[in-house]
Amino acid sequence: MRVHFTVNGRPQQADDVWEGESLLYVLRERLGLPGSKNACEQGECGSCTVRLDGVPVCSCLVAAGQAEGREVVTVEGLADHARQRARATGDGSSGTSLDEAKGWQAHGADSRTGEGAELSPVQQAFIDAGAVQCGFCTPGLLVAADEMLERNPSPSDADIREALSGNLCRCTGYEKIMDAVRLAAARQSEGV
Amino acid sequence: MDFLRPASWEEALAAKAEHPTAVPIAGGTDVMVEINFDHRRPEYLMDLTRIGDLYEWEVGQDTVRLGASVPYASIMEHLRTELPGLALASHTVASPQIRNRGGVGGNLGTASPAGDAHPALLAAGAEVEVESVRGSRRIPVDDFYTGVKRNALAPDELIRAVHIDKADGPQQYSKVGTRNAMVIAVCAFGLALHPVTRTVRTGVGSAAPTPVRAEAAEDFLNAALEEGGFWDNGKTITPSVAKQFADLCAAACNPIDDVRGTASYRRHAVGVMARRTLTWTWESYRGARRTTEGAA
Repeated sequence: MRVHFTVNGRPQQADDVWEGESLLYVLRERLGLPGSKNACEQGECGSCTVRLDGVPVCSCLVAAGQAEGREVVTVEGLADHARQRARATGDGSSGTSLDEAKGWQAHGADSRTGEGAELSPVQQAFIDAGAVQCGFCTPGLLVAADEMLERNPSPSDADIREALSGNLCRCTGYEKIMDAVRLAAARQSEGV
Repeated sequence: MDFLRPASWEEALAAKAEHPTAVPIAGGTDVMVEINFDHRRPEYLMDLTRIGDLYEWEVGQDTVRLGASVPYASIMEHLRTELPGLALASHTVASPQIRNRGGVGGNLGTASPAGDAHPALLAAGAEVEVESVRGSRRIPVDDFYTGVKRNALAPDELIRAVHIDKADGPQQYSKVGTRNAMVIAVCAFGLALHPVTRTVRTGVGSAAPTPVRAEAAEDFLNAALEEGGFWDNGKTITPSVAKQFADLCAAACNPIDDVRGTASYRRHAVGVMARRTLTWTWESYRGARRTTEGAA
């Protein structure tokens, strides 16, 4: 079947989609957006987290056909999403094209500092706080953390833990991730 | 596989009548796991997420009509006062991502003994509204669970809503697992005080082939509270009564040994949760009583 939906602000369509296929598979294999990670395929790890009509969900548990007509934001579109939010006004040229999204990487001047790359504040905070080790869980954590900061600009530690409780990380022990989200929240409140 | 996409409830009923093997999918948090792992290859997958009615709830005089697909996140946010036990249970479901998608209709459809909503529904008192092209009926939740992952639905029926009695007293919910998030219950316990009828109702999860009420424990406690005049005098429940209640709740279990816990651990834990939730709710009842009397 064919599925039409909006991905990172741009209309997309995927063809030859099998009816039992997950949104995650469509994003990764049909649209070439491998930022959302495929690990547990049962909603346990959160590494496939995307926004579906604004709401964080495990894309491995959304049937592709359920995404028809809906809006999806993946980690590849997070920088643009955060920019749009900051502007709070759409200028009509918003969104991230598939090519841009596919080509997205934290290259810029230095992939370790994020300098020169276009990053959302939460992505920059993850780099600055050293919250990324192997990086596999990072996209899901970024999407979940960004959504929480959108809803709750000054979260308590308990709020952060709750918001990220569906995202597993096996490297960091979570402390650096907590640091990163606190940092992003602090910068957000200072308007940096 | 065919993907059915009914735009209305009537269309969904017609599709289910035509294809009784169609598997309804809403939040997908159970169904997609089975498909991803190739445990299930339904001939028809029927998407219910286009049917807005299933995502709505109405607070009535005595009950809340909860649409089958209202996500746990909404129950936590909006129905904490009316359905405190279910709101607490909802908060123990998996993770924010899952609570944004999953709802009580799916929990009932799957009818796993470990489903988090069941003990809260049993304790509060609820009826499941199911419908087919043949008509609509309401099944008391006590009669809904018929076996391990089996329920009272006919092949052509769909779950439309759950009618849950509004809390008339304190309710509690307790769940045992290895951590606070992303946990399938080792066992769970729901308890509701119903001061209006002077009764206590329970719900036990993941400790028998189906979710069950500990009816002998309820009968004992109802009699003991009545005899001692507890509802009127608001005294602390005597430890011997609480212990007997806990023992009877443990005795209501018929658990198995599995990867999450042994049968004897489950019995023990259910007893502990029964005693604790009784203490919490009763103290809350006494507090509310004192406040009311103080004000009067």
